[in-house]
Amino acid sequence: MATIQVFDPALCCSTGVCGVEVDQQLLGFSADVDWAKQNGATIERFNLAQQPLAFAENSVVKAFLERSGADALPLILLDGEVALAGRYPNRTELARWTGIADSAEKPASACCSGSSCC
Amino acid sequence: MTSLKFLDRPPRFLFFTGKGGVGKTSVACATALHLAATGRQVLLVSTDPASNVGQVFGISIGNQITAIPAASGLAALEIDPQAAAQVYRDRIVGPVRGLLPEAVVNGIEEQLSGACTTEIAAFDEFTALLTDSALTAHYDHIVFDTAPTGHTIRLLQLPGAWTGFLEAGKGDASCLGPLAGLEKQGAQYKAALAALADGNRTRLVLVTRAQQTTLREVARTHAELKAIGLQNQYLLINAILPPAEAANDRLAMAIHQRELAALATIPAVISSLPRDGLLLKPFNLVGLDALRELLLDGPIKTQVPIDSAIAFDKPTLSALVDEIAKDGHGLVMLMGKGGVGKTTLAAAVAVNLAQRGLPVHLTTSDPAAHLSETLNGSLANLTVSRIDPHLETERYRQHVLETKGAQLDAQGRALLEEDLRSPCTEEIAVFQAFSRIIREAGEQFVVMDTAPTGHTLLLLDATGAYHREVARQMHGDSHYLTPMMQLQDSKQTKVLIATLAETTPVLEAANLQEDLRRAGIEPWAWVINSSITATHTTSPLLRQRAHNELREIDAVAHHHAQRYAVVPWSLAEPVGVNSLLALTGPGMSGPSQS
Repeated sequence: MATIQVFDPALCCSTGVCGVEVDQQLLGFSADVDWAKQNGATIERFNLAQQPLAFAENSVVKAFLERSGADALPLILLDGEVALAGRYPNRTELARWTGIADSAEKPASACCSGSSCC
Repeated sequence: MTSLKFLDRPPRFLFFTGKGGVGKTSVACATALHLAATGRQVLLVSTDPASNVGQVFGISIGNQITAIPAASGLAALEIDPQAAAQVYRDRIVGPVRGLLPEAVVNGIEEQLSGACTTEIAAFDEFTALLTDSALTAHYDHIVFDTAPTGHTIRLLQLPGAWTGFLEAGKGDASCLGPLAGLEKQGAQYKAALAALADGNRTRLVLVTRAQQTTLREVARTHAELKAIGLQNQYLLINAILPPAEAANDRLAMAIHQRELAALATIPAVISSLPRDGLLLKPFNLVGLDALRELLLDGPIKTQVPIDSAIAFDKPTLSALVDEIAKDGHGLVMLMGKGGVGKTTLAAAVAVNLAQRGLPVHLTTSDPAAHLSETLNGSLANLTVSRIDPHLETERYRQHVLETKGAQLDAQGRALLEEDLRSPCTEEIAVFQAFSRIIREAGEQFVVMDTAPTGHTLLLLDATGAYHREVARQMHGDSHYLTPMMQLQDSKQTKVLIATLAETTPVLEAANLQEDLRRAGIEPWAWVINSSITATHTTSPLLRQRAHNELREIDAVAHHHAQRYAVVPWSLAEPVGVNSLLALTGPGMSGPSQS
């Protein structure tokens, strides 16, 4: 199964609760990551504030940061290649990349799936 | 010999904790000196930001174990929490400096510049001293002039802290941002936490003054640390005014009576702790002789010259309010460490503004609530409200779970609940409650104190960055105004730094000012509260204290503040309109005081 690496912007928490308003997109994504893992996907997340070395040591990520800056994160790599940048994937995308059958009729990922967020 | 309970059969580790200015460094020094004099090998560890342990012993110490030549058996070590935090940041940021773009590196550094990081970094330094190591093996006692906060301990106790993030080095890190730079093994932190919780090895001395607010605060600290396992606690009430002094002077009598009243109503949770009291000394606690006398109750040998009365000509709070009043509306925030009287000062400013016929909303997070109760309805154009930090936190948790958590599946919800148990949540909840009221400041005056926890700044940083982000994403360069932007604009917001005319509180206030500046907020003025210099005492002991204050007031006036005011120690508990007005003193155009 493919390996997904998520390079997060500098966050206090992976769910983003530490903002004044909870970021719905992050919440949905954290839940989706959990769901994909339960289904056997390999997903690693790196937080810029906590594991900057992981960013610096990956030439793709490093070049992306130099070109677009930290504001352009998150960056999602699929087997080391850029799969998505600037937003988090939704559950359907995660399922497609990892080959999981997306049986959920109602995706938990809120952003761009009919919620008020987009 | 001394008969103090906290010195009776002391265990290996002695921690002195209490808010800045209660004298815990002096007591820790005196304790270490006392234990060394009984023939034990003693290591004194200080994290005092004033770093005056070296000064106290007349030698330079720094961040290495240094023998004190004048006291056989005694060695000392100074840990500078700010420097420790910098080392800690460098550990994370250092490897990527030059590799990642500078803006990115600066962003990461800012994330690790909060109060939590400083505390964790200091605890990181303690760890080696609390666990068995060659470094400390030959010491019988290790005396600390500080103690880790409940926050730090809870953070280190988080179930996932070691197994997940720190050992794997990657994965679903939760609210462990400040922990990212820890360098030791999980087992070592566990051993350090176990040593803290072991009553046979660790005694915690809560140092306080005979003041109601300080006692309440120390009761909270006690309960928090007890809840996470620190059972062996003692109470030490420092700097009690000698009863004999009260006969000479009105102010001394008022202080004495207020101290008696505070001790009579000591919070129940700490009333049963083993308790000691130390008398206020007229001399500065510098040098071995002075320190030896600190723990003695007998007649004081040190001669104190009686100074002439001090002519006092410092600016009043009312003069500051004159300037604030000119704007007709705006936000006034009192900031400072717990116990310096932010709530009282906020109330005094609000009452003074309201007295001028201006519309004012005073909002406080005062845990006692009696101040807001007594003021409510007292002046026509004064509204008073109170933010209960505990209530706000609960409300925030519920709100997040009900709205944002509603459409999550079971795992997602569990993850969210885990993050909502993090200590940052209270800070965010309280700030949210404040920011609702902040919006009113366009039409009237809003005067507020801030929650007296040490993490306000981290909170402001975090929300500031977040709000800029929101503004950028949502509105580009439009006129979207965030609470943080409002705080940074001195036309809309005036930040008043509250402090006391004592070394440590002034230093702490200066640190707060630096941190505010980093967040783009320039404090508008400083207010020195409870000054004895500003009274007309004739008590020799108090006059000596007043004399010591002058150096601190001078430092504030010339080094720290753009403008400042001095508020006198008041004879009566400042409750109600009249006594609050009396605190602000005469202004240029304010209500005249007779």
